[in-house]
Amino acid sequence: MPLLEIKNLKLDFIAGDRNLRAVDDVSITINAGETVCLVGESGCGKSVTALSIARLVPRPPANYVGGEILLNGRDVLKMTKSELQAIRGGMVSYIFQDPSASLNPVFRVGSQIKESLKLHRPEKATDAEVIRLLKLVGIPAPESRIKDYPHQMSGGMQQRVMIAMALASEPKLLVADEPTTALDVTIQAQILDLLLDLKKRLGMSILLITHNLGIVGDMADRVAVMYAGQVVELAPALELLRRPLHPYTKALMNSVPKLSGNMQRLQAIPGNVPSLGNFPSGCRFYPRCPSAQPECAKTMPQLVEVEPKRWVRCLYAKPL
Amino acid sequence: MNLLEVKNLKVHFPVKHGLFSRVKAHVKAVDDVSFTIRPGETLGLVGESGCGKTTLGRAIVKLVEPTAGSILFEGEDIARLSGSELRVRRRKFQMIFQDPYGSLNPRMTVGQIIGEAIDIHHLAESTSARQKRIVELLKAVGLDPIHAQRYPHEFSGGQRQRIGIARALAVEPQLIVCDEPVSALDVSVQAQIINLLQDLQQQRGIAYLFIAHDLAVVEHISQRVMVMYLGKVVELAEAKAIISAPKHPYTQALISAVPVVDPDSKRKRIVLPGDVPSPMHPPAGCPFHPRCPMAQLPRCEAESPALREVMPGHWAACHFAK
Ligand SMILES: Nc1ncnc2c1ncn2[C@@H]1O[C@H](COP(=O)(O)OP(=O)(O)OP(=O)(O)O)[C@@H](O)[C@H]1O
Ligand SMILES: Nc1ncnc2c1ncn2[C@@H]1O[C@H](COP(=O)(O)OP(=O)(O)O)[C@@H](O)[C@H]1O
Ligand code: SF4
Ligand code: SF4
Ligand SMILES: [Mg+2]
Ligand SMILES: [Mg+2]
Repeated sequence: MPLLEIKNLKLDFIAGDRNLRAVDDVSITINAGETVCLVGESGCGKSVTALSIARLVPRPPANYVGGEILLNGRDVLKMTKSELQAIRGGMVSYIFQDPSASLNPVFRVGSQIKESLKLHRPEKATDAEVIRLLKLVGIPAPESRIKDYPHQMSGGMQQRVMIAMALASEPKLLVADEPTTALDVTIQAQILDLLLDLKKRLGMSILLITHNLGIVGDMADRVAVMYAGQVVELAPALELLRRPLHPYTKALMNSVPKLSGNMQRLQAIPGNVPSLGNFPSGCRFYPRCPSAQPECAKTMPQLVEVEPKRWVRCLYAKPL
Repeated sequence: MNLLEVKNLKVHFPVKHGLFSRVKAHVKAVDDVSFTIRPGETLGLVGESGCGKTTLGRAIVKLVEPTAGSILFEGEDIARLSGSELRVRRRKFQMIFQDPYGSLNPRMTVGQIIGEAIDIHHLAESTSARQKRIVELLKAVGLDPIHAQRYPHEFSGGQRQRIGIARALAVEPQLIVCDEPVSALDVSVQAQIINLLQDLQQQRGIAYLFIAHDLAVVEHISQRVMVMYLGKVVELAEAKAIISAPKHPYTQALISAVPVVDPDSKRKRIVLPGDVPSPMHPPAGCPFHPRCPMAQLPRCEAESPALREVMPGHWAACHFAK
């Protein structure tokens, strides 16, 4: 049984008398010890999907319209308040893009980590355990840092503290929502290295959200590409990077310049990412798709397994 | 001749040290920076947050007052010009920003925004010439002339960046400082703007100082690339040379840290220890020495390395660069 199985998830945001579908028929599984990357441009539904795993999207405005989220076989969408409390920050921990927004500015970092321990492993709510966690996430001289306030730390250090807090409950699944987007490249490299190392040592699963395809190759076992609320391609990471099958994945990879790549003109994707409530009918990518056919305007493609382990949402995706 | 020659430019900001202290410290945001830009050339500028890129760009277009040094534009020093003398020259250099929304007046239509730039420099003799010019500019940046009647909030991020570019082009500048012009855009829209900037350069011979975090984007658009660390230039060379054979240990780490899409690339990531130090208290000697994997003490912590030409056209500020 997979650790997490999101099946045909559908979520609307209620705006006045309109129901805007933000997540539409999303299916993703994550096995124990596996890292899955969720990639896509801003607004495509990555965060809403990820937050749904612990049902953290506020309802209203959100409304779950269909599907299930099986965590160890139990549907999160059917859980009671107290069951949800237990998994939040317990079996599932989150880290976000902006650590300074998640840390409380008026409490010392050591006591914030201790709070997290009290909640989930009260017998371990000690200075020694806090120091062990800070050491685990690579904070130098942790004994002297537990008394620091968040603002006394750099962005990279704050992100390490967030990771330490997330690890306090010994989660089975770490959801990292663009954890390095706000950081400089050299600090991003440190944090990615840390996540790889932790995964190896602790054997947890990671759902890593990013808009940077470059990160996928370094981090992911499998990858799901989202566009306009839907998963359009799901595949083992290296296979997807070597041979993308969906026209959107291909176009995205061709449109970004590569380091030491050739200097030819970039192949831009025409038009803009459609906003919520303005998704085209039929295939959502068809107004921008270089391979579009007349049929694409009428029929919405389903996510189908076109080759073993390779799922694609395109009417014209052919098996090898 | 060079279009722009910057010599020993310094921009230092005074900051209060403590709440009650009168002694002021200084942030050396730009500290003794020299470089040139040729007509029609793109010089890329990279470096981590806070290293002084924006401040340098703003100093060149005179949005911030330089503390010392000279800025020769077509041979004339504009560093200390002000008032009407500066206004006349302003036409030649423009700036576009990361956040196109924040830099466009929300209460003006696109036509008014572009028209304002034309009016300030008296670039249209009649109302009809002005109108014609606005239409031309909108077409040049790939917008429908109908859009002149609309307001900035009615546009997507990419379209707003096009409006910002049209406004900059309105005065026919010879140099545009582009401060992270694609960083806020959707990945799938970035290429449209990069292509547009390149086309405009080809057609009009405009030079760019192109600031960005993304090294691949900078390599793609630039002829030469300059790397800054804590207010100083640490390396400057042809784009290809600096990416394929960086000479400065900081540039080497920076390039190795870029996540690459190619899963079969054999590059090894150099993970630097520590954080970027604050520009208020830059380390003594070589400012990079606390993080440098190649540092040799005591020299690197005592002696500040000068930017020197280690190969023809390839400059690096490291005692040991060869
Ligand atoms: N008006 C000011 N007063 C005081 N300090 C300033 C001022 N403007 C910039 N600085 C400081 O100067 C340094 C350089 O800032 P700058 O904005 O040029 O960096 P940058 O390289 O553009 O960074 P980013 O990549 O984050 O845009 C920073 O330490 C910044 O805090
Ligand atoms: N609380 C909310 N209320 C209304 N709309 C929301 C809310 N949260 C997210 N959305 C919308 O849902 C869509 C998907 O958002 P999100 O999952 O945050 O995208 P991303 O892929 O960038 O993480 C976007 O159009 C966003 O504006
Ligand atoms: S279904 Fe049609 S429009 Fe959609 S991705 Fe496939 S070819 Fe393109
Ligand atoms: S001068 Fe020394 S510390 Fe500075 S970059 Fe060179 S080797 Fe490193
Ligand atoms: Mg998000
Ligand atoms: Mg800046």
